[in-house]
Amino acid sequence: MNSSYAIPAVALVVVATVLVGAFGLRISRTTSDFYVASRTVGPRLNAAAISGEYLSAASFLGIAGLVLVQGPDMLWYPVGYTAGYLVLLLFVAAPLRRSGAYTLPDFAEARLASQGVRRLAGAFVVGVGWLYLLPQLQGAGLTLNVLSGAPDWLGGVIVAVVVTAIVAAGGMRSITFVQAFQFWLKLTALLVPAFFLVLAWQADGAPGRPFDEPATFREQRSVRVDDSLTLKLDEPLTVTVDGTVDGRAHDGDRVALPAGTHRIEAGARLVFAADTPVPAAGHGADDALSPSRAESRTERPLYATYGLILATFLGTMGLPHVVVRFYTSPHGVAARRTTVAVLGLIGAFYLLPPLYGALGRLYAPELTLTGDADAAVLLLPDRVIGGVGGDLLGALVAGGAFAAFLSTASGLTMAVAGVLTQDVLPSRAVRHFRLGTLLAMAVPLVASALVGGLPVADAVGLAFAVSASSFCPLLVLGIWWRRLTPPGAAAGMLVGGGSALLAVAATMGGFPGGGGSLHALLAWPALWSVPLGFLTMVLVSLATPGRVPAGTAAILARFHLPEELGAEELRPDDPDPHVKAVP
Amino acid sequence: MPQDPAERRVTVTGPPRRTGRASGYYRPRTEIDEQTTLGHTYVRSLMRSQLRAGLTVLAVLGLLVGPLPLLFAALPDARGLEWAVLGFGLYAPLVLLARWYVRRAERNERDFVRLVEDR
Repeated sequence: MNSSYAIPAVALVVVATVLVGAFGLRISRTTSDFYVASRTVGPRLNAAAISGEYLSAASFLGIAGLVLVQGPDMLWYPVGYTAGYLVLLLFVAAPLRRSGAYTLPDFAEARLASQGVRRLAGAFVVGVGWLYLLPQLQGAGLTLNVLSGAPDWLGGVIVAVVVTAIVAAGGMRSITFVQAFQFWLKLTALLVPAFFLVLAWQADGAPGRPFDEPATFREQRSVRVDDSLTLKLDEPLTVTVDGTVDGRAHDGDRVALPAGTHRIEAGARLVFAADTPVPAAGHGADDALSPSRAESRTERPLYATYGLILATFLGTMGLPHVVVRFYTSPHGVAARRTTVAVLGLIGAFYLLPPLYGALGRLYAPELTLTGDADAAVLLLPDRVIGGVGGDLLGALVAGGAFAAFLSTASGLTMAVAGVLTQDVLPSRAVRHFRLGTLLAMAVPLVASALVGGLPVADAVGLAFAVSASSFCPLLVLGIWWRRLTPPGAAAGMLVGGGSALLAVAATMGGFPGGGGSLHALLAWPALWSVPLGFLTMVLVSLATPGRVPAGTAAILARFHLPEELGAEELRPDDPDPHVKAVP
Repeated sequence: MPQDPAERRVTVTGPPRRTGRASGYYRPRTEIDEQTTLGHTYVRSLMRSQLRAGLTVLAVLGLLVGPLPLLFAALPDARGLEWAVLGFGLYAPLVLLARWYVRRAERNERDFVRLVEDR
């Protein structure tokens, strides 16, 4: 791919992000400005900011790649990412804003008056945040690698440096502007190329085979295999091979491969004839461990689909960078209306990735074999349109992808740094917030260098599962159930979130291997770990009735009463409205 | 510190917690403000109506989405249907459900305010 336009586009996005951030910095004056933009962000700006922050590398690149490789089942990801906001709206949005807490740990402490639960919630915020930051940095590395052949780590380092600088310098107010700007940038970066891609597709005679299963090569296509892989053939396949297959070297021979499993060594070049179905590929032994990339649709049980639905529907409300945004709404009613606007914005955005996935199946089916499916969105303009126009559109997409990494990473860094500053580092001065920012970004950056190729969608799915099993019970029961106690909340978070974390860690680590129902249970924990978290929280709370915090009734009243009835509006002169009504 | 504007600009203090004051002056809505049993009953009734609205929409969402994986598994040949429903068909219903919920929740709050103030 021609990078002469793409690199300047990425540079432009980075510079524009810094400039918009600096504009916010000039008006970031007080403590409250610094953390929650003084709670004066209107629904429209805030909705664009929330959406901009939410649409990450997984949305911008990952969905199209997954759909390309695995077909329409993977469209449950964007549906779940969107529906998660509906569930958040139903049970959390307005009460969370009225609780007046800055972060999830603040919420836990305000509701349960317990330092222990606060620290536990803080630990989960940091853990989920780091899990979610990892794929952003890796996505940035992949993008820059595809565009310019730069080493894998460079993109991640660029994102890390820019985000750390913006967050440490400007805090939330500048992030609000940055995020809102980046939502529109991301939407444009997918919408404009999509328009031209569809035109090109029509000019091509509108071939209508993207929905066929499996995808087929439309014309003769030569595929270079960079990492050795395993092909699983349901039917015999004839290819021209230049390289090593099943341990035998070939030099441009036509080889008839029988049905079964075949090993292609790195560096081999395969030439597929037109109308050959694209074979299913696995990348070495590791691939079987990856829940999203694992195997074909026949091997992914229905259970996994329901696990994915539950994790995304319930996990959204507990993502640290999502929750912190609701504190910037001026009141509970605005928080609700903001959420509706967010649903509309991200719903509109998610109409586009499936289009790229479908066109990718048509025009770039060999990406399934090369293991670069996440790059489909970046490569399609060049592949389908070509010429200078294709290069320019490709540059626009690349800029949008970088906007995705920057915006999600800055929101996550903000949330993680907030927790580190308030609960780990000794004092709460802004100087320490800057230290916290550095720490918040350094850990995932090092981890991304050490761990390497964890697929983008997997790490994100893991973060959702952990969040759904720990923070979802805490928020829902904390807001709606009077008898929640600190021991119950702590036990529920530990058992639910902890078991989800262990299950996925075990899967990633190769246990129990092989497949089968135990494998599926561990790879998609949400279906059992969410009920487990709720159940533990309820049972332990019922077993410790004496520990119900004294002010529970007043706190719940504050969560649910409209502002016009609460104490806040009646005393506008009070400097600290969010601590009102705490007895 | 106040002498140095740069320093003042960057000082962060965490939100003081558990330091709220007693109710300031007397208002008509004292039952709620002073947390009497009657006041709690009012708050409970509001919570119940809001929870009912949320659970109603959740049930609709469950009925809408829940059977889909089974349907797609039962009709393996209807790939076009799966693309259309998951790719394009679900977002509008989600937004409509959200708007319906917000209207209902705001009406619940308005009714509650009227109830409390007219008492």
